[in-house]
Amino acid sequence: MHLLVCGGTGCNASKSQEIAENLKSTLTDKGLGNEVQVILTGCFGFCEKGPIVKIMPDNTFYTEVKPEDVADIIEEHVIKGRKVTRLLYTDPENKQHVADSKHMGFYKKQLRIALRNCGFIDPQNIEEYVGADGYSALAKCLGEMTPEQVINEIKLSGLRGRGGGGFPTGLKWEIASKNHADQKYVVCNADEGDPGAFMDRSILEGDPHSVLEAMTINGYAIGATKGLIYIRAEYPLAINRLLTAIGQAREYGLLGKDILGSGFEFDIELRYGAGAFVCGEETALIHSMEGQRGEPTFKPPFPAQSGYNKKPTNVNNVETYANIPIIINKGANWFNKIGTEKSKGTKVFALAGQINNVGLIEVPMGITLREIIYEIGGGIKGGREFKAAQTGGPSGGCLTSAHLDTPIDYDNLIAAGSMMGSGGMVVMDETSCMVAIAKFYLEFTVEESCGKCTPCRVGNKRLHEILEKITKGNGTMEDLDNLRNLSRVIKDTALCGLGQTSPNPVISTIENFYDEYVEHIKDKKCRAGVCKSLMQYVIDPVQCVGCTACARNCPVNAIQGEKKMTHVINTELCIKCGACIEKCKFNAISIC
Amino acid sequence: MEMINITIDNKPVQAEKGQTILKAARKAGIEIPTLCYYELDGIKLENRPGGCRVCIVEVEGRKNLAPACATEVMEGMVIHTHSLRVVNSRRTVVELILSDHPADCLVCPKSGKCELQTLAQRLGIREIPYQGAQSTYRKDMSPAIIRDIDKCIMCRRCETVCNEWQTVGALSAVNRGFEAVVAPAFEQDLEKSPCTYCGQCLMACPVGALSEVDQTRQVITAISDPKKTVVVQTAPAVRVALGEEFGMEPGTIVTGKLAAALRKIGFDYIFDTDFAADLTIMEEGTELLNRISRFTQGDKTVKLPILTSCCPGWVNFFEVNYPDMLDVPSTAKSPQQMFGAVAKNYWANQLGIKREDMVVVSIMPCVAKKFECQRDEFKVDGNPDVDFALTTRELAELIRQFNIDFEALPLEDFDKPLGESTGAGVIFGATGGVIEAATRTAYELFTGKKLEKVDFNELRGLEGVRSATVDFNGTPINIGIAHGLSNARQLLDDVRAGKTNFHAIEVMACPGGCIGGAGQPFHHGDFDIIRKRHAAIYREDAGKPIRKSHENPYIQALYKDWLGEPCGEISHHLLHTHYFDKSKHIEIEG
Repeated sequence: MHLLVCGGTGCNASKSQEIAENLKSTLTDKGLGNEVQVILTGCFGFCEKGPIVKIMPDNTFYTEVKPEDVADIIEEHVIKGRKVTRLLYTDPENKQHVADSKHMGFYKKQLRIALRNCGFIDPQNIEEYVGADGYSALAKCLGEMTPEQVINEIKLSGLRGRGGGGFPTGLKWEIASKNHADQKYVVCNADEGDPGAFMDRSILEGDPHSVLEAMTINGYAIGATKGLIYIRAEYPLAINRLLTAIGQAREYGLLGKDILGSGFEFDIELRYGAGAFVCGEETALIHSMEGQRGEPTFKPPFPAQSGYNKKPTNVNNVETYANIPIIINKGANWFNKIGTEKSKGTKVFALAGQINNVGLIEVPMGITLREIIYEIGGGIKGGREFKAAQTGGPSGGCLTSAHLDTPIDYDNLIAAGSMMGSGGMVVMDETSCMVAIAKFYLEFTVEESCGKCTPCRVGNKRLHEILEKITKGNGTMEDLDNLRNLSRVIKDTALCGLGQTSPNPVISTIENFYDEYVEHIKDKKCRAGVCKSLMQYVIDPVQCVGCTACARNCPVNAIQGEKKMTHVINTELCIKCGACIEKCKFNAISIC
Repeated sequence: MEMINITIDNKPVQAEKGQTILKAARKAGIEIPTLCYYELDGIKLENRPGGCRVCIVEVEGRKNLAPACATEVMEGMVIHTHSLRVVNSRRTVVELILSDHPADCLVCPKSGKCELQTLAQRLGIREIPYQGAQSTYRKDMSPAIIRDIDKCIMCRRCETVCNEWQTVGALSAVNRGFEAVVAPAFEQDLEKSPCTYCGQCLMACPVGALSEVDQTRQVITAISDPKKTVVVQTAPAVRVALGEEFGMEPGTIVTGKLAAALRKIGFDYIFDTDFAADLTIMEEGTELLNRISRFTQGDKTVKLPILTSCCPGWVNFFEVNYPDMLDVPSTAKSPQQMFGAVAKNYWANQLGIKREDMVVVSIMPCVAKKFECQRDEFKVDGNPDVDFALTTRELAELIRQFNIDFEALPLEDFDKPLGESTGAGVIFGATGGVIEAATRTAYELFTGKKLEKVDFNELRGLEGVRSATVDFNGTPINIGIAHGLSNARQLLDDVRAGKTNFHAIEVMACPGGCIGGAGQPFHHGDFDIIRKRHAAIYREDAGKPIRKSHENPYIQALYKDWLGEPCGEISHHLLHTHYFDKSKHIEIEG
């Protein structure tokens, strides 16, 4: 029997480490230390209900486990073979406990390829990775395949870059392989920066060897002997696990000189990023690694021609790499049967927002938004109406109910005015104001712009200011025209991918939710009740009993009224904090 | 050169493979506006960050617009430089730049010479539709350069010049997004950075974010004061560039009009730094010969090569970067400071006035001279030998303020005795000139023979690093020349490593020497202007009746009447200086 405890950052923060230790010590106390193994794994993805403890081989899936629950799990489940029902996942539809993960809606439609080992093996033990076919792809490449064959296999698989752009990976490798130099580099882009996205971190925490193996294969394919992983310094757990994994790989002769006796040499080092979003752009990433200011430069030259230290460099994202070993092992023809015509394989999404099952999911390309939201995601919180899904991070756009049945792949998302990006998916309902959403994302890009080119440095700032003006109720219809023109010009003229996509949230919300903009501008109304400047708190004199609770709790003394008399809010003083509504027991206060 | 066929604005054009769209278009006579792009072809300096996005063009088949400065032409490319899409985007981009730029053009030091202003006019911008927050930054006043970073448009020209051409590394981009600016490390003031005050940053700055400290007001006050005797000196490079400020062809020699203008403004004595340049040759040439003869006699303590010390930017550079080699440069003061010392000690005495009642103003092609004259070692009881160093541009402003019709001025002479000079003094203004002037004198002093051919063409030119061996009657003298501190660094690193056999090295910080100094009229990246000034310097030299410093009768008289001999007691006291280790001068605060 194996007890798998989620060791991802989220569950880790909710004491999963302590749970694992408690399990181990309790088992030892009961004399079961040798028979039952406790393994701290990578992320299971079901972060909504973490910490997760999964019991194998029967796939029992315990959610929201606390260190105190350990005794019950051991006593009941391990010793007596009875499931601890109170810890089982409850289906929100029929309120029934679900006995194991295979029957959970969250997992049914998922296909875990990149995340295949996350939540399954101990990431800190190379032997577990080897036990799960790890490093067999590398052995196959070095032993049976020429570099050209490796590249062809990846080309044939149809794998496209998972970092955002969707550039065909095999083609990228081929270009780098054809540029000759005394030294080439393989770089793994682990500068995950989209707000809410954490698939790269999860892979590195849960399955670091898959990335090391893939990078080594990449090095063999293009003729590079050095690999660098550019990782944000804010990912300490991922960094630790990577360092452990690199140490183990070196010890096992899977990194270093003469790998597996093939004569091929390759080693990997880490480079730490300071968390600038723009450093996910490959030229900026390379400059940052070189110790330069992290800002993009014009392409060409592409990194494949002149990258790190001016040498040919292949940059791929973590998730892209995680797909490589399994493609080599199972073959391109296995992989390219999954997905849609031009988008093969699966995609990991970080599901967030007003959705029941927040977490990390991996789905085949071509799945619909409806399947993701209603089957995997378990529907909208509180049974409310779906309004939009924002994909592609701050550079993406919004999908609406019109897109619910559109198969999700690179090209369809772009056609729908959004993009794949690195796979952020924020689900919104009627409580989300689309103008405020656009403003939120612009605030991010304004903050994260490197400041090198005018459209991004000044243009995004102006976009944000206009949105601010509209949400404050001071917008004009001319502002709407300016937003559109400016968005178009920024997209058309910005230097790098950040600027070229940063107006997407503005364009797509204007496109899909034009009425909401007009309401903000003409009617001075925010239907979602998000834009505070457009709201007024009023007390209904009929409902108010004069209990004084609201007046006592108002932080700015904006509410006046005698005891047992109707109270009144002075709207000029009111800061719209909502404290009064919370305290009113008579539903007398409303927002209009 | 492989040629390819492209189409620009419906016109078939042949372009070189690997060329940028901008260069191909310019060659075809199609002008694409630029802003951040900056090129000084004569010194192979190019700034093309592709940041301003003003030069964007439409390339058929490409999703977004392409920056012409950074996009290479490809066979069959079809380019539109002024399509509706381009014109609208370009205009919006410039409107965005203007929306974060102070609208204080009326009092901006760059007004009328500002490339952003010119561009806005060209694009017909009369209002800025995108109003919003304005970047604000503290004003940084150094002794020579003012940074008014509210005006910075992030073109990065200054950064490129400072890092690539000068390898000074005082400026780089800091902060992100809307707050991004170019600043010294840790956003220190320039004064606490390794800045040499060469001023090439402000020469490159398209707007008024970087400018020189303006001292015209103090000079007018001094002239207006009846108790003050105001003496002016003008550097050699000024006379071949000042005319540009008044619409004259670059390279026009305006020495006579310059003297007339200074007299009209009201200076009491119109003297010439060229005189002090001749004096410098006497001192530095003698020092060189002393070192060479001691060296040939086996003195192991003697340092060779000797390095020239006329250029204040260069002096600042080696004080910060080569503190271990402070005994290598010549101890001779620069001509500006030699003049100041002679004026306040000798000339004031001749006039019978106290040094406090004399004000020495210099007209310089240079910004670092403003710092040099403020150095403590060039002051006596707080009173500087040179009170104010104005740039060529500041002089032009004075001439305009005094409503002087420059072109109509008669040709006048400098006053005597400190206004008489030789051709050797004139060529101080161009790279290689100081060493050529020194060679003319040193040859005759060393060999005792008359120099038949005074033109040393092997020492002239605009290559960054040059070297030549001059035959001193059987003794080969090896000479190195560098302009640009990157080139100087290359030579100095070799000297430090003991890899050279030079006897003397001349260094000038600015492109082409003082003619390309940061106090000169703005050339906006047109290196032909520097080439024309360069030619003019040598024309002026060729036209001089006396072309060797030691033959200047007024220099001879000065030694006879006052100084005694070169490198003698008085010279040692008044005409020579010493250097300081400033490697730790750069402060880094937490």
